[in-house]
Amino acid sequence: MSFFGQVVQWFLDPSHWQGDSGVPHRTFEHLVMSGASVLTAALIALPVGIAIGHFGKGGNLAINISNIGRAIPSFALLVLSAQVFGIAAASQVVGFGAVPAFVALVALAIPPMVTNSYIGMREVDPDVREAARGMGMRERAVLLRVELPIAMPFIMAGIRTSAVNVVATATLAAVVAWGGLGRFIVDGFGLQDYPMLFAGAVMVAVLSLIVEFSLAGVQRLATPAGLRPSKSTQKEEPLTALDTAAVAA
Amino acid sequence: MLATGVVGAVEDPWIRWSWISGHVDVITAALVQHIQLTLIAVVIGLLIAVPLGLVAWRSRVFRGPIFTLTGILYTIPSLALFAFLLPFTGLTILTAEIGLVGYTLLILVRNIVVGLNSVPEDVREAARGMGFRPLAELARIDLPLAIPGIVAGVRIATVTTIGLVTVTALIGEGGLGSLIYDGLLHDFHTPLVVGTVLSVALAVVADLSLAGLQRLVTPWARSRAVT
Repeated sequence: MSFFGQVVQWFLDPSHWQGDSGVPHRTFEHLVMSGASVLTAALIALPVGIAIGHFGKGGNLAINISNIGRAIPSFALLVLSAQVFGIAAASQVVGFGAVPAFVALVALAIPPMVTNSYIGMREVDPDVREAARGMGMRERAVLLRVELPIAMPFIMAGIRTSAVNVVATATLAAVVAWGGLGRFIVDGFGLQDYPMLFAGAVMVAVLSLIVEFSLAGVQRLATPAGLRPSKSTQKEEPLTALDTAAVAA
Repeated sequence: MLATGVVGAVEDPWIRWSWISGHVDVITAALVQHIQLTLIAVVIGLLIAVPLGLVAWRSRVFRGPIFTLTGILYTIPSLALFAFLLPFTGLTILTAEIGLVGYTLLILVRNIVVGLNSVPEDVREAARGMGFRPLAELARIDLPLAIPGIVAGVRIATVTTIGLVTVTALIGEGGLGSLIYDGLLHDFHTPLVVGTVLSVALAVVADLSLAGLQRLVTPWARSRAVT
């Protein structure tokens, strides 16, 4: 049988769809871990980035944090986290590997969100802010009804960059003894079971692309109607988090 | 931090200097391999990205597909991309480089297009008025003026690649990543710390050198100070 035939057969085998090491449970683990990490990181990063942008102090920090984040290999972050938190986690109910993976993923997700929410807030034209105040808006209203809507596409871009990164790195977490879809790749590699390895890669790739494209859609929806490029003046797709940060740096 | 309790439990300090002094050759070899893997990836990435970028810049028809394809490559997690290649190219440097080059493409192509788009239209008009032919205009006006954008892309691509090289340790390459992986396998902190610190240092040095290079090759931008 051809190699691809074996991969198809792997997917058709009902035993791969049952129990704690089956596809549905591994997918669930992957999604829960990624979602929890992104959410936790957002709760930490967005207020910081938005505050820095609103008050206009510490901008260099906000820009540089994502450059620093990029320099730290996510693989190293995972292994370091496993060494620091792994032993503590082994005695917990959560299972070995979950705590270290979570900590590493949160740390990984924070920098792009800080940088992008800062850049988004800086995008707000000072005249617009002044005008809002001139119309009698209070500070809270200026923030909630003027600054945040204008900054929203950038904030969403940051969340999207982080989320895609987290889903990708959660795959690597299988190397530090956690579950998720990466298990199929790591176990397939260890057992020289190439159909399983390949099937795992297919599932991980599909999941990442679904996350990327659906968040790209959310980002478009989050752009206020007045700020959307019209068909005639359509420019390049706005730079992603990554590029904006680097161009600005 | 928890550090005291944890370190106490495993009795392994974060740095064992004796291990480092006894393994200078191993560490140097890992660092050299790391630099080689990165250089090959970024250079080949540029060789592919420049023509792709030019096509994407010039042609509306190809721009969408080029960005979509490089974007998909960029989105696929590294471990999955290596896993796709393994059954065909095996545990070779080829597997590692195909993956690493793949990741540079989106960053490089996008920055090349952004760089070229930033060339002012009147400068281009003036060049044409002076009798520049399309190819000469591209080589002597458009590309030089796009250098800041292109180098910005090379900087991100290089730093990203330096980080990704560590993952290739899992398929038998890895440079400094092999030290990190060793630290994990043997539950021994020193190589893990050495590999991480050197990898971050390498990224910072590469980034600063490229920033310096950018200043050197675009003397006209210097007088405009901080923008």
